[in-house]
Amino acid sequence: MRISTRTWSRLVHPAVVIILTAVVIGIPLWLALVTSAKSQGEANLPDLSLPRVWHLWDNYSQAFTQGRMLWALFGSLLVMVPSVAGVLIFGSLASWVLARRAGRVMAVLYSAAISGIILPPAVVTIVLLLRQLHLASTPIGMMLVYMGMYMSLVIFFVTGFVRTIPVEVEEAARMDGARPLGIFIKVVLPLLRPVIATATILICLYIWNDVFYAFFVLGGGTYSTLPLNLYSVASSNLYQNNWNLVFAYVVLMSLPLVVVFVVAQRRIISGITGGAVK
Amino acid sequence: MYPNSFLVPAFAVLAVFFFLPTVFNFVYAFTDWSAFHDDIHPVGLANVKAVLSNGSLLSSLRITIVYAVLVAIMQTGFGLGLALLLERDTRINRFARVVFFIPVLMSALAVGYTFQALLKPDGPLNGLLGALTGQHVTIPWLGSTTWTVVTVAFVNSWKWMGLAMVIFLAGLKTIPADVLEAARIDGASRWRTFRSIRFPLIAPAVTFNVATALLGSFNGFDTILATTGGGPAQQTEVLNIYIFRVYGNGLFAQATTMSLALLLLVALLAFPVIGYLRKRERVL
Repeated sequence: MRISTRTWSRLVHPAVVIILTAVVIGIPLWLALVTSAKSQGEANLPDLSLPRVWHLWDNYSQAFTQGRMLWALFGSLLVMVPSVAGVLIFGSLASWVLARRAGRVMAVLYSAAISGIILPPAVVTIVLLLRQLHLASTPIGMMLVYMGMYMSLVIFFVTGFVRTIPVEVEEAARMDGARPLGIFIKVVLPLLRPVIATATILICLYIWNDVFYAFFVLGGGTYSTLPLNLYSVASSNLYQNNWNLVFAYVVLMSLPLVVVFVVAQRRIISGITGGAVK
Repeated sequence: MYPNSFLVPAFAVLAVFFFLPTVFNFVYAFTDWSAFHDDIHPVGLANVKAVLSNGSLLSSLRITIVYAVLVAIMQTGFGLGLALLLERDTRINRFARVVFFIPVLMSALAVGYTFQALLKPDGPLNGLLGALTGQHVTIPWLGSTTWTVVTVAFVNSWKWMGLAMVIFLAGLKTIPADVLEAARIDGASRWRTFRSIRFPLIAPAVTFNVATALLGSFNGFDTILATTGGGPAQQTEVLNIYIFRVYGNGLFAQATTMSLALLLLVALLAFPVIGYLRKRERVL
């Protein structure tokens, strides 16, 4: 029997979408939510049932203190905000020059600058370098490492974008005798907003959730980040089976980003695609 | 007009914190740098021989490539499927798009732990399958030396498919309506329209998704750490997991050797793959 286009779009399609969403995304997220509200014994073998006894507050406050969430939140922000600001400022300054000046030298510099998009960071020797610079286990070292890692991405996005902006928009300011830095800040930077939005969202996501590079650079030091502390909470799971705390931590850690996203989803999604796909 | 000095800060950061460690990679991979003594001596190819003879180099390389290819296929495939399913701007579709994007925002560790719990042999997924089939199901999703790499690649694709979907949706939006209208008037079937018109026109989005999935999973770490930790029997131990484990044991030079192997693998494979995809874009 053939389903008519009309029944398809009015009944079958919405039903398929709802079931698919509920099964594919709903079940894993539900598992995390219900387990985060169970007692330790009940969470021992995680399942999809509702908690028999609710331990919501106990678990969340315990995850908060045992996982040292405030300190980790501070560490995450301390590392992320300056890295993102620095990489965007330095990256777009350089991109402007790379996009506007022609010649072999610029072409070579540009290729070198964007090679980091593909090449993986040399994570082990970074630690050696930071030790020699007395920056090992420090937030400054972490910031510089992130800036080095994501500079290529910023230069790639911004240079491509600057090339689509006609030079004429800069000329009026130049006639008025504005200096290069003045032209960059007053004329060019405001036009870069869409591509800077894209880069900001992507790099924030990467840094906020990074655990690999943070292990090597911050590991063993005083400073920590949210993912690093999630790992230590979950590692103690091996011998004491605290799924309830692991998921309480997961929910607490993910909730802020999810709320920000749901509120600003249109701008975030158009921000991500605006600079990435032309 | 465009002063050289504007290039200095960016290139200084790149030179010191990206290129210099990369150069160090080529030096320290051939030394005895470790946690057990303070001095560092050149040892030639001893580290390379060590990781070759205990089999970890070749097995990690193989697993990394298998994992990256599986992720690229699944992530791009799921993303495209979702984009086509949720293309029309209805209320339900908009809601579903938001929900499918939530895993992108979550930390990969959090996603990994969720699936570790979900996929236990006596866990919820097997429970659901058991209820559906009426039998007792105990599939070792994360305990098979052969298939667990597929499961882990699936978990990573599950996390990132929302991003692929968003990029495909943006690509689909750029297709001019009159082209699709012309195809419809010519009597082209849905499949034919997709195959001959829509798919070629979203080729840039395919390139972007495949390339980012490949590159991202050559560097794969957190999802695997949180689901299997590299097991069972090191059958999901990709290069970065190996580097992390060996570094933790204090064998810094061996970790550097593997880091160099990763660099060479990516340089050897990524450039041709991206070149191929770009050429296909032009041909289509």
